[in-house]
Amino acid sequence: MRGQRPSNDPVQLNRRRIYILPTRQGYAFALLLFVLFLWAINYSNSMGFAFTFLLAAVALNSMWQAHDNLLGLILHPGCAEPVFAGQDAQWSFRLENPDSRPHYGVALQWQNRPPQYVNLPAQGSATVTLAIPAERRGWLRPGRLRVLTRYPLGLLQAWSWVEFDQGGLVYPQPRGQRPLPAALPGSAGSGLGEQGLGSEDYAGFRPYVPGDSPRRIAWKTAGRADQLLVKCFTDQARPELWLDWRLLGIDNLEPRLSQLCQWVLKADSDGRQYGLRLPGLQIPPGHGAVQRRRCLEALALFIDSEGISRRHDAVEPEQPAQARTAG
Amino acid sequence: MMPWNRNNRPKPEPPVELLTPQALIGLLAALVLAVGPHARELPVWLTALFAAVAGWRGFIVIRNQALPPRWLLLILATLAGAGVLLEYRTLLGREAGVALLTAMTACKLLETRSLRDGVVLVFLGYLLVMSNLLHSQDIPMVAYLLVVIVAMLAAQVMIHRQHAGLTALAPLWLAGRMLLLAIPVMLILFVLFPRIPGPLWGLPKDAHEGRTGLSEEMAPGTISALGQSDEVAFRVRFTSAIPPPNQRYWRGPVLWNFDGRRWTRIEELPSNVPAPFTPEGAAVEYTVILEPSNRRWLLALDLPASLPPRTSMTASFQLLRNQPVNEVYRYEMRSYPHYRTGDLTAAERTHGLQLPSRTNPRTRTLAAAWRQRDAQPEALVNTALALFREQAFYYTLTPPLLMSRDSVDDFLFRTRQGFCEHYASAFVFLMRAAGVPARVVTGYQGGERNELGGYFIIRQADAHAWAEVWLEGRGWVRIDPTAAVAPSRIQEGLYAALPDSGALPFLLRRGGNSEWLRQLALSWDSFNIVWNEWVLAYGPDRQKEFLSGLGFGAVDWGEMTVAMITALSGLGLAYAALRWRRRYARDPVVRAWQRFCVRLARRGLVREADEGPLAFVERVTHCRPDLAQPAGEIGRLYAALRYGPTISPAAVRQLQQLVRRFRA
Repeated sequence: MRGQRPSNDPVQLNRRRIYILPTRQGYAFALLLFVLFLWAINYSNSMGFAFTFLLAAVALNSMWQAHDNLLGLILHPGCAEPVFAGQDAQWSFRLENPDSRPHYGVALQWQNRPPQYVNLPAQGSATVTLAIPAERRGWLRPGRLRVLTRYPLGLLQAWSWVEFDQGGLVYPQPRGQRPLPAALPGSAGSGLGEQGLGSEDYAGFRPYVPGDSPRRIAWKTAGRADQLLVKCFTDQARPELWLDWRLLGIDNLEPRLSQLCQWVLKADSDGRQYGLRLPGLQIPPGHGAVQRRRCLEALALFIDSEGISRRHDAVEPEQPAQARTAG
Repeated sequence: MMPWNRNNRPKPEPPVELLTPQALIGLLAALVLAVGPHARELPVWLTALFAAVAGWRGFIVIRNQALPPRWLLLILATLAGAGVLLEYRTLLGREAGVALLTAMTACKLLETRSLRDGVVLVFLGYLLVMSNLLHSQDIPMVAYLLVVIVAMLAAQVMIHRQHAGLTALAPLWLAGRMLLLAIPVMLILFVLFPRIPGPLWGLPKDAHEGRTGLSEEMAPGTISALGQSDEVAFRVRFTSAIPPPNQRYWRGPVLWNFDGRRWTRIEELPSNVPAPFTPEGAAVEYTVILEPSNRRWLLALDLPASLPPRTSMTASFQLLRNQPVNEVYRYEMRSYPHYRTGDLTAAERTHGLQLPSRTNPRTRTLAAAWRQRDAQPEALVNTALALFREQAFYYTLTPPLLMSRDSVDDFLFRTRQGFCEHYASAFVFLMRAAGVPARVVTGYQGGERNELGGYFIIRQADAHAWAEVWLEGRGWVRIDPTAAVAPSRIQEGLYAALPDSGALPFLLRRGGNSEWLRQLALSWDSFNIVWNEWVLAYGPDRQKEFLSGLGFGAVDWGEMTVAMITALSGLGLAYAALRWRRRYARDPVVRAWQRFCVRLARRGLVREADEGPLAFVERVTHCRPDLAQPAGEIGRLYAALRYGPTISPAAVRQLQQLVRRFRA
């Protein structure tokens, strides 16, 4: 990398950062040339020499071409939608070709994954999507990427390393068999249990929030009103569901976060109103996509600064009252 | 292991990269083109097999069908291998090798689906191109193979540019461009890469089979068999005066040993210096461009007085190269048409008088009768020539077969129809029987002048045999008994001399309906001599000679390597400079900066060649404080874009805008 610190600026591949080496095929080709050369010597075949030298010259020339195929390309930093740990993050990078001639067979490669090839039209660009495994929650930085080409004959590979500072968010892996904790009697005081679905208890309209189930959108009114309205049911007005760290008596941090993550997803898909409590962090109850993202981000970025996971201060989910006082 | 730890997830196997249909069809086309010329010498079943497999594979790819199962492929490969073995009785010969290569390519085609298979096929294709060159290096063949190489390169490009939705022509154009760009490097390597005289190891027995030409023995019918062949034996360019036809005897193998029917060589120890003789008159200087003969001997005018490199000479003035001539070979020679050779050695006398016992009794009787009349060698020679001239002897390309050990008797007293070997054989037998040391010399006589190129073509049909007798005081003297029967053979060539010449190929005829065709062929041949002399004959000897001729003095391989590397680096630098200039001129950052500099130069502020952008801007600021702000901005931005690690298109646009607005 020659002291090029990762940043988030687009990177233009210049002469200093392009490397080139023969591929396995290139070495095989060299062997072929040697065989042809011996053949030409043994049969004193003048055109055989010419043919061998011609192929050698073509191979030599393809070195320039491979180099030129990368030279001047601009790689823009990529971005990735958040994923759950254990999934592959889909990173999209844009490769730009400022040249007035097209560049063919340019690939991006992450570690030893198969390279993803694209063709770049003259003064055009293309997007390459790389699947990068998100092993653990938190910020995922892809690290060094290889921009490579084997154009035109596949005998040589020219490549350049590019590293961006940009990270992508990885949520904890949703895991755990525990059911959602019981909802606490809130200020509304309706006191419905968590099992009570109550979707039929119609309670009025409220404006649509991204993440609301399409089934609840009042399609009949949609034509008349200038905004989408969502039917409210009594269960949504139910007291808050608190997804609390201390409800989990699991020893380790990650399984706890995984269970919380699982709960967030479950609560969200059930259309529940929920809040999240982590040591030193409390997200007030809410619902919809914004709430979901807030909670998942908090889980993803949670740092166990106090070593809480090792303390046995967690409470059983059967004791919600205690949990509430601790909050 | 923690349940969420997914580090032990098995790494995904890289998927097999499949060939696109376009790449496969391109590859098929290139391979068919590469195998094409081999159809002439491959067994018909193999050519048919290859064509069928290529067609089948094309059908599979177009109809998107499944490849044949593996067991079928194995059966096919075994059958093809067995077929080649049965056909050639070996797998190692040149012909068998080509057949095996073709069979392998056919089998590989049927299992080809991945990129790697495609690469293997391309490599096989290059080997097939090479094997074509072993059969012919003519201009048309080379031109054809260039097309094949372009097709093969295009196929190789298509294999790797899978992801492109390109037209079929784009890879062809690219391959053509690559070929053109490769030619300068190829030329440097061709001229300067130190050539090693081959072969490095023993070649298969059939490596250079199929060459027609003189052999090392002569029996009735061996030379007349060549009479129909219009193949070129060698071409000659005279650098001194051209000797008349009756002195254009191209000396080949000298035959001493006779068994009643067949003349053969004896082992003669060749020497590294020309055999001595006394020249009389001026020398003839000339260059011979010999076609591959798979024989060691070189041809030279009577009598050769110089030695080409790696060549020796026997006491009977026969040139022998240390290796058989399997390439087009060019050498320069000096000969003296008028000469006097030295004394007869005891061995020469023994060999020159050797006769097989109890054969050809009638000829012996005749010779003895002549000797009774006049024992003078000159008189005996004249008597023999008079016999051929005055009696009813016929010169013909299709003489009756003479199979017995009494071939001379049969010819002289029964058939009396013969070609040059019959006359030479009978004459030498008569001389020896009469006590005059004599030997048979084979070679070529005459040759046709190519007016366009100013050189002589000597064809296989010009093969000839004549006699030499040893005369006291004159040494070995050439006597051509054929000239006594058919003087026009010597003066005007075979066509003029043969009564049945209508059967000759058109290149050997003179005049008539096909004359225009012959003239056309001769014009074409004048290209061939340049090709042969400068390209095909460019071997180890010619390379040394050529490079020394350029004024480097004697060159060895080390100096050649240095010269080659220097030339390649020079070419590389020139190419790099050209590319750099082109790119530099295209770079918008540089262009904007240059515009800025031009504007300032109009106001008398010229940037020095060694002045960096920041230093220059500082000077501008000093001279024109009013320009400090924009100039400083441009200078900093330019320096950042030009020398910084990254370039953002926005910054480039900003620089362009600043320069556009800049008014000095």
